[in-house]
Amino acid sequence: MTELEHRQDRAPVPKDWTYAPAPEARDIVRLEEQYGHFVGGEWLEPTETYTTISPASEEPLAQVGQATEAEVARAVQAAREAFGNGWSDVSPAERAKYLFRIARILQERSREFAVLESLNGGKPIKESRDVDLPLAAAHFFYYAGWADKLEYAFPNRRPRPIGVAGQIIPWNFPLLMLAWKIAPALAAGNTVVLKPAETTPLSALLFCDVLRQAELPAGVVNIVTGDGRTGAAIVKAEGIDKVAFTGSTEVGKAIQREVAGTGKKLTLELGGKAANIIFDDAALDQAVEGIVNGIYFNQGHVCCAGSRLLVQESIYEPVVEKLKRRLGTLRVGDPLDKNSDVGAINSKQQLEKIQELVAAGEEEGAEIYQPPCRLPEKGYWFVPTVFTNVAQSYRIAQEEIFGPVLSILTFRTPEEAVEKANNTPYGLSAGVWTEKGSRILWMAERLRAGVIWANTYNRFDPTSPFGGYKESGFGREGGRHGLAAYLQFEDGVHA
Amino acid sequence: MPDRLPVKKTYKLFIGGAFPRSESGRTYEAEGQNVARASRKDVRDAVRAARAAFPKWAGMTAYNRGQVLYRLAEMIEARAAEFAEYCSGRDEVERTIDRVVWYAGWTDKLAQVLGSSNPVAGPYFNFTVPEPTGVVATLAPDEPALLGIVTRIVPALTGGNAVVAVASEAHPLAGIELAEALATSDVPGGVANILTGYRGELAPWLAAHMDVNAIDVGAANGDAPDLERAAAANVKRVVHGHADTQSPWEVAAFLELKTVWHPVGQ
Repeated sequence: MTELEHRQDRAPVPKDWTYAPAPEARDIVRLEEQYGHFVGGEWLEPTETYTTISPASEEPLAQVGQATEAEVARAVQAAREAFGNGWSDVSPAERAKYLFRIARILQERSREFAVLESLNGGKPIKESRDVDLPLAAAHFFYYAGWADKLEYAFPNRRPRPIGVAGQIIPWNFPLLMLAWKIAPALAAGNTVVLKPAETTPLSALLFCDVLRQAELPAGVVNIVTGDGRTGAAIVKAEGIDKVAFTGSTEVGKAIQREVAGTGKKLTLELGGKAANIIFDDAALDQAVEGIVNGIYFNQGHVCCAGSRLLVQESIYEPVVEKLKRRLGTLRVGDPLDKNSDVGAINSKQQLEKIQELVAAGEEEGAEIYQPPCRLPEKGYWFVPTVFTNVAQSYRIAQEEIFGPVLSILTFRTPEEAVEKANNTPYGLSAGVWTEKGSRILWMAERLRAGVIWANTYNRFDPTSPFGGYKESGFGREGGRHGLAAYLQFEDGVHA
Repeated sequence: MPDRLPVKKTYKLFIGGAFPRSESGRTYEAEGQNVARASRKDVRDAVRAARAAFPKWAGMTAYNRGQVLYRLAEMIEARAAEFAEYCSGRDEVERTIDRVVWYAGWTDKLAQVLGSSNPVAGPYFNFTVPEPTGVVATLAPDEPALLGIVTRIVPALTGGNAVVAVASEAHPLAGIELAEALATSDVPGGVANILTGYRGELAPWLAAHMDVNAIDVGAANGDAPDLERAAAANVKRVVHGHADTQSPWEVAAFLELKTVWHPVGQ
């Protein structure tokens, strides 16, 4: 027996794979009892408030403002003044340096933000720590560099800022979506009024402290909190020149109707029902990890989630078997536990929507599979779910569930895969798994979606433009193309 | 009494590469002629023809699309004398021809100017390419009669879209003549469809149509806000096009951007 074998022989054999709790410390986050609206560099006492909670425990975290039309108007006014008196005169190189500062401070305070993000939103700490925060900082760093290079990004077009941008963001990646909105807007020289989602306002409110540390001039970024009424007030506000919205297709359509005829510029990043397509030559274990990452990442609260799995018929059984086995090893639980793979559903309302659609799937005749799983007693939770025997017409194959629910369909030929993948009013993203490079590109040409991932899924980068076809919206975020949404040009074309 | 009575043209619609009358049987008088007055059902037929033709046009090589558009310029040049009668004159025809040639030269350059390769932090070759949005509806301005409709149709075609255009209501003959040039230019049937009739009657159906991906309301009759509202039904791209302009950004307004993450590995 070699020395190594000896040691292995004596090592204790694990009897089961349960994990000891590994909670991230919460004390790095200091919450106020009540938050106001951040307007003109100061905190405005809110006239109305509501309680924001942790969806994992239903524990109240703080009181936050429900901004009224008048409060939104003050924020827009502050942004207008900042745009008119000063911010548009700051030299582009100095503008860049403010953004670099913000990126650096986010990196420095990343653990604090990650904990807060998981606390208020329910996402696992390993995701907020390893995905949301690094990407948010990278986004500011990337766009910082563009601020004084706009003429090179759009040669012969004399790019100019639009003015005041009204930005409304969702609850699935609260700080990251804030970064996607604020970084390009400021790089282009605009000022902003931003509203975080009703259920996840805290990281945006903490971000105001980053702005203080970065010494960003007052009024350049204004943050108001509240529900859809506050969002509607931003869209309607007269002093807003541009509206940027990320959220549901339903609300996106309402916003498009609202801004019709006003001359306000608009970009929309809306829903999706993406196909994740697995060919029989794919590396199966890698593909199964990709399927899991595609739909259970962030509890499936992802607009580009791979919620429709298209499996080539010849490998249907092994894929489903491997997937079910893998589902059994997903750890659902405390978002602040470093071992958790799947956290809490963001809100009671969202949980009810998921439950309703899952019930519809069972009723329409799909076969449900959920691994044995003990869910915490308090808070909002949903077991990672797989549906087989799904017809294309079922609601679970057509509607965006925005939860950890996967619908599996099959195909025989690449043509059939393309047809089924495109058979949706959405067109945000798609995944392709194959070892054949030429097939990746053949599929990519034919899939009517804005982002195609090959042998990976749910990957984001500040340099990589993101956005949808069809009813998934218009405009791009990320990359050089993401700047165009916040600029106007001498030629008068918005493209 | 003339020795020979000339054979007069019947002015019809251009749908799917054919020249049907309006299914409604209606006409209206414009420029001294009876011109087809298209209906909601003609709009429907034109959108259906455009959707059917779209994959072939979008799937052509950019070089090929450029040659077909160049051929369109050749066809207009060959009929320059006739076209001059339907618009402000020879100068407008020449500017129209030159504009078509200008766009013909753009088809195989758009991806280079509008696309990008993106240096992502990971083992992926990540690139962004422009693609046509699909079926584009456009309203031609009343004037210039020929240059206007060409300025609105050709950028969308250059990008690989299929188009349903409503010709100038006051001066529709140039649009019909253009349809005849299109029909002999190797532009596949259904890629460009031209309707004549009342703009205010046809535009709302186009704006609300669920299989139209983008609408250009630049020449709307003051009802642009209503059209924009209707366009939200399927999140259409709304463009406010100008009557006389040319730029690659005019093409870009009818394009989507697709980003592909291709793995890199051994």
